[in-house]
Amino acid sequence: MSPSPARVGLFVTCLVDLMRPAVGFAAVKLLEDAGCAVSVPLAQTCCGQPAFNSGDNADAAALARQVIDAFVDYDYVVAPSGSCCGTIKVHYPELFADDPEMLERARDMAARTYELTTFLNDIIKAAPVEGRFERVATYHDSCSGLRELGIKTQPRALLAGIAGLEIREMHTAETCCGFGGLFCVKYPGISEKMVDVKADDIIATGAEVLLGGDMGCLMNMAGRLQRRGVAIEVRHVAEVLAGTTDTAASIGEAQK
Amino acid sequence: MDSTAHAFKNNVRTALDDGKLQTALKLFPEGFPVKRRLAMDRLPEFDALRDAARDIKNHTLAHLDHYLERFESKVIDSGGQVHWCPDAESARQTVLAICRDAGAKTVTKGKSMIGEEIAINESLEKAGLRPVETDLGEYIIQLRHEPPSHIIAPAIHLSKDQVAEAFRKQHTHLPADRPLEEPAVLLDEARAVLRREFLAADVGITGANMLVAETGSMVLVTNEGNGDLTQTLPRVQIVIASIEKVVPTLEDATTILRVLARSATGQEMSVYTTFTTGPKRPEDLDGPEAYHVVLLDNGRTKMLGSEFQDMLRCIRCGACINHCPVYGAIGGHAYGWVYSGPMGAVLIPNLIGVEATADLPNASTLCGRCEDVCPMRIPLPRMLRQLRAHQFSRNIGPSSQRYGLRAWAFLARRPALYRLAMRLGVGTLGAWGRRRGRFRSLPLAGGWTRSRDLAAPAGQTFQQQWSARGGARS
Repeated sequence: MSPSPARVGLFVTCLVDLMRPAVGFAAVKLLEDAGCAVSVPLAQTCCGQPAFNSGDNADAAALARQVIDAFVDYDYVVAPSGSCCGTIKVHYPELFADDPEMLERARDMAARTYELTTFLNDIIKAAPVEGRFERVATYHDSCSGLRELGIKTQPRALLAGIAGLEIREMHTAETCCGFGGLFCVKYPGISEKMVDVKADDIIATGAEVLLGGDMGCLMNMAGRLQRRGVAIEVRHVAEVLAGTTDTAASIGEAQK
Repeated sequence: MDSTAHAFKNNVRTALDDGKLQTALKLFPEGFPVKRRLAMDRLPEFDALRDAARDIKNHTLAHLDHYLERFESKVIDSGGQVHWCPDAESARQTVLAICRDAGAKTVTKGKSMIGEEIAINESLEKAGLRPVETDLGEYIIQLRHEPPSHIIAPAIHLSKDQVAEAFRKQHTHLPADRPLEEPAVLLDEARAVLRREFLAADVGITGANMLVAETGSMVLVTNEGNGDLTQTLPRVQIVIASIEKVVPTLEDATTILRVLARSATGQEMSVYTTFTTGPKRPEDLDGPEAYHVVLLDNGRTKMLGSEFQDMLRCIRCGACINHCPVYGAIGGHAYGWVYSGPMGAVLIPNLIGVEATADLPNASTLCGRCEDVCPMRIPLPRMLRQLRAHQFSRNIGPSSQRYGLRAWAFLARRPALYRLAMRLGVGTLGAWGRRRGRFRSLPLAGGWTRSRDLAAPAGQTFQQQWSARGGARS
């Protein structure tokens, strides 16, 4: 490792910022334990994905420009979400296809940006994460992370360092949970059907905990499991890796 | 066929409430997707073949005029005729004129999505002819007077009980109390009925999986052999195909065949793959006396050179549909027109207009599985987003959603104001939801809370807590 620590700008993501700050702090802890100097630029709000996926390319580009400006100073940009990273890495350059100067900056940003587990496992390669979490869990591969960024083995490799944790894979680990951002409120009936297929499979594994790397999908599945009266704890993978599950409530549970 | 895509949300409700459809859809993920996976695993060069197939189509589309004219001249050389039809109406009139000239009464049909696109059966019936579908699935839905729900498995939405019911109702020449529980018995009955139709037909109409410019041949794949009987037995053969079906050479056709069946049904090859060139020659033992190719545009040339050109690479294998979780929830009829699933959500607005089909590109989570499995590497999610961008810029779709989005974007583009607003909102919601940790219902959140609890925020934003710890930098 280089003598001066890597400067990492944490892209918190809007859902972690608003809904589960504990996931952000878990990410900070993991990055600092890996020897990084972590900063959190104030001028960040959202990556712009809701606008981009709604066809509002002007607002998406404005938000992309805002993010690019806010994170210009860092060696790396890390986010606890495959979906937001997919937007930055894959779609920011598309948004500026006709603007050579911004395209250059978007590509530069894309090259420095990583999803949290990918960064820890593939890039910074610090000492293996250690910890203890004596539970049976199943892991949902969120679509954008899986298909846009190839995130599959990284969280599992990191979780292998957690003593007592057993991962039981579900058949539909790679099937969409029906969240899809605004999709789940625009087409609630279809979304419900999709998340029910997922919930059935999660339950069938016998897991006590559902893990994943994206807050949106996790909130969707947690919300459906809870509505069905199923007591499965839903956590972001960062919380388990950072060993902070004792201090923060899981998704949809009352604060500790 | 008339579109009901404008009533997508109603169609969805009907589909979700249809118990028989939901039972049929439940089995769906264990069928084609599993077989496709096994077929791919047996062919290590599958991904390389996908690249080759994509490149063939890209090259063809870049020179489409050349290859179509070459195809036409080869068809003429082999004694056939080519009819250029800009739209559905001209294609219908062309087919009707050929049938009339042949003095036809009975017309057998192979499965053809272009036939559905131009609603050829209705116009044949109106003209006093008797069209008979000969693909088993198509035959079943013809008896039930409904459109296909899947481009390669038109009756996938039905149970065998529903098939038996249709046969009992329509095959009135057979004893009413005959047993029809076994699929094999149903199959035998359909074969016996169709056999008479094959022999009686004056004209046979099929689609084409590919047209080969080099030879003027058409390529047809089926699993039932009905396509061959439809082509060879009647006096007159009509091939109806859209213009993007052309490929330059026989070798190109075979490359695409290697990805087609594997992607569709997990077969290495379909049971029947037939190359047909022109009418019967003097030395041939059988074949039609006349051979016509109806070439349909119907909006496709508008896609050429546009951001939707890649969609014209589609070979109608159905892999995107088979792997789409939205299709898996609602089936094909909900899409409201001939096509369905991700390919339908892109193609339908392009062919019949974006206004009355506004839901289709939006009813997707953009999960990307369709692009992942597409043998022609069509960037379906990208095109769904592009259709959404067209809608947004033309103010198509619910204005409440657009205003909401603009209001959110206004805030998100002003970080200081955003932080303040979010702090207030999160603080209020966090306090409300503190005891239970989640909401069962919440004003304005009905889309979410109808079927899900909504997690309450923790009460303070990350940024608030980070600032309080003195960690923030600007």
